[in-house]
Amino acid sequence: MLATGTAVDGGFSNQVLDAQIGFAALMNALSRPGTLQSPGIHVVPPSPLSAMTAIVALTLCDADTVVWLDETVNTSAVRDWLAFHTGTAITAEKELAQFAILDAVRSVADLQGFAAGSQEYPDRSTSIILQVAGFSSAQKFQLSGPGIKEVVSFAPEGLPEGFPDFWAANRALFPRGVDLIFTSKDQLAALPRTTRIDEKLGGHDVRSR
Amino acid sequence: MTLQDTGLAAYNFAYLDEQTKRMIRRAILKAIAIPGYQVPFASREMPMPYGWGTGGVQVTASIIGPEDVLKVIDQGSDDTTNAVSIRKFFEKTAGVETTTRTGEATVIQTRHRIPEAPLKEGQVLVYQVPIPEPLRFLEPRETETRKMHALEEYGLMHVKLYEDIARNGHIATTYAYPVKVEGRYVMDPSPTPKFDNPKMDNCAALQLFGAGREKRIYAIPPYTSVVSLDFEDHPFEVNRFEQPCALCGAEGVYLDEMILDDKGGRMFCCSDTDFCEERRGEAESVSASNGEIV
Ligand SMILES: [Zn+2]
Repeated sequence: MLATGTAVDGGFSNQVLDAQIGFAALMNALSRPGTLQSPGIHVVPPSPLSAMTAIVALTLCDADTVVWLDETVNTSAVRDWLAFHTGTAITAEKELAQFAILDAVRSVADLQGFAAGSQEYPDRSTSIILQVAGFSSAQKFQLSGPGIKEVVSFAPEGLPEGFPDFWAANRALFPRGVDLIFTSKDQLAALPRTTRIDEKLGGHDVRSR
Repeated sequence: MTLQDTGLAAYNFAYLDEQTKRMIRRAILKAIAIPGYQVPFASREMPMPYGWGTGGVQVTASIIGPEDVLKVIDQGSDDTTNAVSIRKFFEKTAGVETTTRTGEATVIQTRHRIPEAPLKEGQVLVYQVPIPEPLRFLEPRETETRKMHALEEYGLMHVKLYEDIARNGHIATTYAYPVKVEGRYVMDPSPTPKFDNPKMDNCAALQLFGAGREKRIYAIPPYTSVVSLDFEDHPFEVNRFEQPCALCGAEGVYLDEMILDDKGGRMFCCSDTDFCEERRGEAESVSASNGEIV
């Protein structure tokens, strides 16, 4: 038996079925932007990687992917754990990353510089996985766009100042752009590049209905 | 219940290995994020010939879980050889429950039709696509069509539709009628009759398209704008049928011609067999409660 906390522990207990559950949560998250998904899978990654971030990585990463880690999550324990459980390559170049894992960001500059894909291959872009404390921020966004029937309220915590402008600029690149996956301790949500965000003013909906 | 319990240990769950599923899953997520854009993927050999929906089968295999309920239709029918064998394939490799009822399915794989009953949130419609590129018949070179999509240069497509009008007085294309997704990408709904195009628009279900031979995956998220290409003086119109279904009396649905005998006898009835059967079932139970004989 190996002691807990080593690189070989804490992955999916059922590689096949857990990955399917993780993927279903991601597919729902991207096709219904801003909705909170709770895949009930138990994984124990090394801190500061959250369980939900680990589920995303275990579901999507393998020897064919390249991952970028920000300063906070780029520890040897995290690198070893990802290498053992997914086989993913790690890069120091933002532009080369298919996936990026970021802990609470300080400014929008932290979200910039990733691959947006080309006009011919807009799919060659980075999916940014952003760890957040939760989804109960006082600052609420109103989301609209593909996947949203009328409007969805979305309140990820700890976003940097200027995030709405960053997102508007990203959206203006369409079909190029990054996609964002938000992970809290036990939930995930996503903003695909198509989603429009409006800030909720004074707690009232901007829209009339 | 474990895989061993269900006697599935000899198979990968849903046939595909995990690395292949991950690759397809990554492509599906990009496809959802870029509605109507064809994402290239490394299509795998499947234990069935191309033309049997290997692209759709790979997409279904990558999304389906043990809790899903699968429906498979070919034309509008659940009972063709193709539909039956794909259903059996997933019963055997994934142990999933299957159904013919549109309302009970969580995943519906189709070759041509979109069910007549409105789809719901949480359902996924998977299309088997033979030719994903709407510009292919106008421009055979992949490098050129890719450039046209990149620059949003869809003039050729309009020219082709207009030539149709000049020749026939109307747009003669009745299948694979091109659509524009969310105001950006022109997309081929594939062998779907244009009758079904309006069902793609603002649909509550997620729509995924898999082309095995051509190695492309594309998607329409729920509640996304899908507009059939047309002209101001020649607006898009769906085919109309002169008579209602001969079996259930439904109007405004897609009908197939059925040959009844070798003397030219024929009738028109619902192409969506489940829709037709459910309507007849309802009619029978209503008549039965009225004490009538149907
Ligand atoms: Zn009928």
